[in-house]
Amino acid sequence: MKFLNLELAWKYVLGRKRAMTMSLFGIVLGIAFFVITQAQTSGFEAFFIRTILGTNGAIRISDSFQDMHGTVRMSSKDGKTKFLFNSREGARYTEGVENPALLRSALSQFSEISGISEILEGKATLAGSSRSQNIEIHGIVPSAHMMVSDIENQIIQGQLKIFELEPMSILLGNRIAHRLMLQTGERVTLKGGTGNIQLRIAGIFETGVSQIDKNRAYIHLSTAKAFLGKRFSGSIFQLSMFNPEKAPEISAQIQEATSHRVISWQEREQVWLDVFKALRISSAITVSSILLLSGLGIFNVFAIMVIEKTRDIAILRSIGFKPSDVSAVFLWQGGIVLFIGIILGCLVAIFSTYVISSIPLRIRGIFSTDSFVVNWDPSHYLWAVLIAIIFVSIASWIPARRAAKIEPAKIIRETL
Amino acid sequence: MTPSKKILLKAEELHHSFAEGVRKNRVIKGVSLQVEAGETTAVVGPSGCGKSTLLYLLGLLDRPENGRIFLHDSDVTQSSDKTKTQLRNQSIGFIFQFHFLIKELTAIENVSLPLRKSGLNAEDSKEKSMLVLQKLGMESKANRSANKLSGGEQQRVAIARAIVNSPSLILADEPTGNLDSENSHKVFDLLQELAERDNLGVLIVTHNTDLALKTDNLIRMQDGLIIRA
Ligand SMILES: Nc1ncnc2c1ncn2[C@@H]1O[C@H](COP(=O)(O)OP(=O)(O)OP(=O)(O)O)[C@@H](O)[C@H]1O
Ligand SMILES: [Mg+2]
Repeated sequence: MKFLNLELAWKYVLGRKRAMTMSLFGIVLGIAFFVITQAQTSGFEAFFIRTILGTNGAIRISDSFQDMHGTVRMSSKDGKTKFLFNSREGARYTEGVENPALLRSALSQFSEISGISEILEGKATLAGSSRSQNIEIHGIVPSAHMMVSDIENQIIQGQLKIFELEPMSILLGNRIAHRLMLQTGERVTLKGGTGNIQLRIAGIFETGVSQIDKNRAYIHLSTAKAFLGKRFSGSIFQLSMFNPEKAPEISAQIQEATSHRVISWQEREQVWLDVFKALRISSAITVSSILLLSGLGIFNVFAIMVIEKTRDIAILRSIGFKPSDVSAVFLWQGGIVLFIGIILGCLVAIFSTYVISSIPLRIRGIFSTDSFVVNWDPSHYLWAVLIAIIFVSIASWIPARRAAKIEPAKIIRETL
Repeated sequence: MTPSKKILLKAEELHHSFAEGVRKNRVIKGVSLQVEAGETTAVVGPSGCGKSTLLYLLGLLDRPENGRIFLHDSDVTQSSDKTKTQLRNQSIGFIFQFHFLIKELTAIENVSLPLRKSGLNAEDSKEKSMLVLQKLGMESKANRSANKLSGGEQQRVAIARAIVNSPSLILADEPTGNLDSENSHKVFDLLQELAERDNLGVLIVTHNTDLALKTDNLIRMQDGLIIRA
């Protein structure tokens, strides 16, 4: 008895296959498109984040005031809030980390940090056999840097092991290598420091971030210190975290505790992250309009149906259907179309996401990929389904309510 | 009227009107009647005199402006919608001029609807519906979809649906309105037979005076009032 309304709804759905199929098609398309676009935008976003985390780490600690307009601090003690503003002139300026050993021990207090790499950055000219180029050298301790970056997987030629074992070796960004036509194993000269040094190319890396691949080279920290003449200071710290999402708050805490300038990846890459967010939201809105349209389609089908079926409604009422039963018959029809639409929509979404992920697409610039990047996230499906449910519910609820309001006596009379 | 006959339905001084702009169009102007078990009653009268309106009032599909309706001796005029819905399901069978079957359903599914609605399971409903269809000579068409039946067949299915839940009262609004004379007579004979055999009260609105003369009682209406024959 409970399912009589559903049974009737099913018969009605079968009775108008074409209109229902069109509505169904709209829902399937809407859900699938929603998931696909979200899978892509969030896929690219996640890939970008992975790239920047793998290249520049979650947190960077430096003391360079170059891009800092004073230190603004707010601390709250005993409920009192006080602001502290240190102007650029007033601040004691030290380039880089002041005392690496001290900072290291201070950082050991933070359990969120999974790795620390000390880096000494500087400029130099790289000379190959025929041409030379200005580059940014990063002096690193290979074993430590491996902990805070994805450098192992970024090596596309040569071996990290060789670099690790040979203090007078260098890792080159692939665009530099390409421009200077250099191969692994060849010798290059680094000029512009305390003196020229000869290095052997241990490997070539590609981060996918063209700005880095064009300019960066890694050498050993000790070599860099000697070359740049900065034996005790000037280096920066790159940190990795167990949960990079927490970088902003941990950064603030480190900044507070160590009086160093600390920047999280979210702050560093804010512009790009905002772009991705805007893309994700705008595509969600755009694609939701497909669902909105199919909702309107369903509304249309049902509104016409209620008019066409007024006689049936009158009959049902005359044989003991309550107004709520009548609206249930219409709501169930929406429910049936919605249910099938959700299942098919999700299946199509899974299938097409899979297909799209294998479409070749070469991207270099902010990250590097050779095919579409997709992100498999159940929340995309949940959102798509939720939006479909909302639109279809409204679309079937309005006609269903109208159907319930039909006065049987009037109908029977009017259709005579 | 013999004392053994039970009064199924009694209407007292029914009044009803429809709003026509600011004016009121009085359609039923004080109708009293009663329907007894086992008897057929025909209501005849010129078009627009209020026959259908009266029938819907008696069938609890519409609420009278004034007057009272008794079903099985209880006053149902002011009953709740829920009670009325239940009465329509259990005690009243409607037959309309156009068979009003649900075309997406088969004959037997149409007939089973009131049973299913009253809580009987699908299987038992089918079984009982089949018996009724058999009674009306429609068993061979039971599984045919409703819109593939002839007019006369559809009307018989509609009658089957009206009587399947064993109502005590059948209200028919021009049940033969679009049937040929042979089928019209068949339907009338059938209703007459049902009234006698199952002790139902049957009230039929009709334009056909030939048929009306076959019934036990004849009520003539004019301009919202009854003028007894
Ligand atoms: N919903 C309505 N709104 C306004 N007036 C109505 C409505 N229904 C019926 N009427 C009017 O009430 C009067 C009686 O209508 P009703 O349908 O009861 O007549 P009838 O006797 O059944 O006629 P017929 O034999 O043609 O079916 C008519 O004048 C009709 O115009
Ligand atoms: Mg009429």
